[in-house]
Amino acid sequence: MNEQELLSLADDELIIGWRDSEWTGIAPMLEEDVAFSSIAQNEIGHARALYELLTDDPDALAFDRKPEEYRHSALVELRLTDWAHTIARRWLYEVADEIRISALKAELPLAAKIDREEAYHRLHAEMWHERLKETSQFRAAVEELWPYALGVLPSAQRRTLAARVGLDDEQPPAPRLLDSPEFAELHEEMTMVRRSAPAGAQW
Amino acid sequence: MVTADAVWAAFEQIPDPEIPVVSLVDLGVIRSVDVRDDHVHVEFTPTFLGCPALEAMKRSLEATVRELGAEPDVEVVNDDSWSTDRITAAGREKLRAAGFAPPAPRLVQLQSQVHRCPYCGSTDTTLENLFGPTPCRSIRYCNGCRQPFEQFKTI
Repeated sequence: MNEQELLSLADDELIIGWRDSEWTGIAPMLEEDVAFSSIAQNEIGHARALYELLTDDPDALAFDRKPEEYRHSALVELRLTDWAHTIARRWLYEVADEIRISALKAELPLAAKIDREEAYHRLHAEMWHERLKETSQFRAAVEELWPYALGVLPSAQRRTLAARVGLDDEQPPAPRLLDSPEFAELHEEMTMVRRSAPAGAQW
Repeated sequence: MVTADAVWAAFEQIPDPEIPVVSLVDLGVIRSVDVRDDHVHVEFTPTFLGCPALEAMKRSLEATVRELGAEPDVEVVNDDSWSTDRITAAGREKLRAAGFAPPAPRLVQLQSQVHRCPYCGSTDTTLENLFGPTPCRSIRYCNGCRQPFEQFKTI
């Protein structure tokens, strides 16, 4: 895996972590407040460990770039405000993430460590998938997010993803939302503390 | 000059920041201690990557080495060498006595999926939430003694 691919993976983990954390305090049930907070914490921890492979200053890499310099996929930057879409994204993301993390294990010991934690994210996503898969809202959400999910993986791995989720990979992946304010707003929020204490905050 | 045994003994006194009934040695996160003159090189393997206690653990290790009069060099090793199987037998018993169901060995967990209540020992328990107060814990409920309890996840 080259540095650009590693950066994409790290950025995906950082941004999905931020998006998942948006449910803290407002999820439809208390258990999911706790689950989404924990998952977000894990994902951001994975991002940090991955950034550390690229730099000695992971905070700078995570928070000092301009919005257009991030390399995450369109799927993770979407601001989703309903539960069916949120679960559809978690499920699609975890299936895609397992494919690339598994492929990385042989060359990157950190990938194997990340995978141990992701196993619980997959259990969580599968549990919700089982519960919602027959509902029209969830099916519509999966269909809508599917072109975005294809963008998580390089073209060589998309067929595996399509086979796992039972959809087709004939369509092109959805592009990043570079003209939309969605990521700019998230970027503004997630870099706020860093900008307020450029020398580094001590807690 | 400080010895490796003295460093290990001092590390046994450092409580886990979030579950202080166990020490960092009980938790199995110290992979090696290597003393060269007045330098102590420590390999530290984090538990969960998103655990906010990691920095605190690293700082405790460094402070403890300095108290022994040596210069610490704590290397964080993010490979796959830590799993919950590294928690010592003593550590598991301390967890159980404090009401945390210790993680089952990986092989047992994968084959049996049995979770035992730390209070009454019943295996008639159900999952309430895969996630809990920290990333390393799930919440289960014991149908035997009607107590919710925290289950340390097997990873």
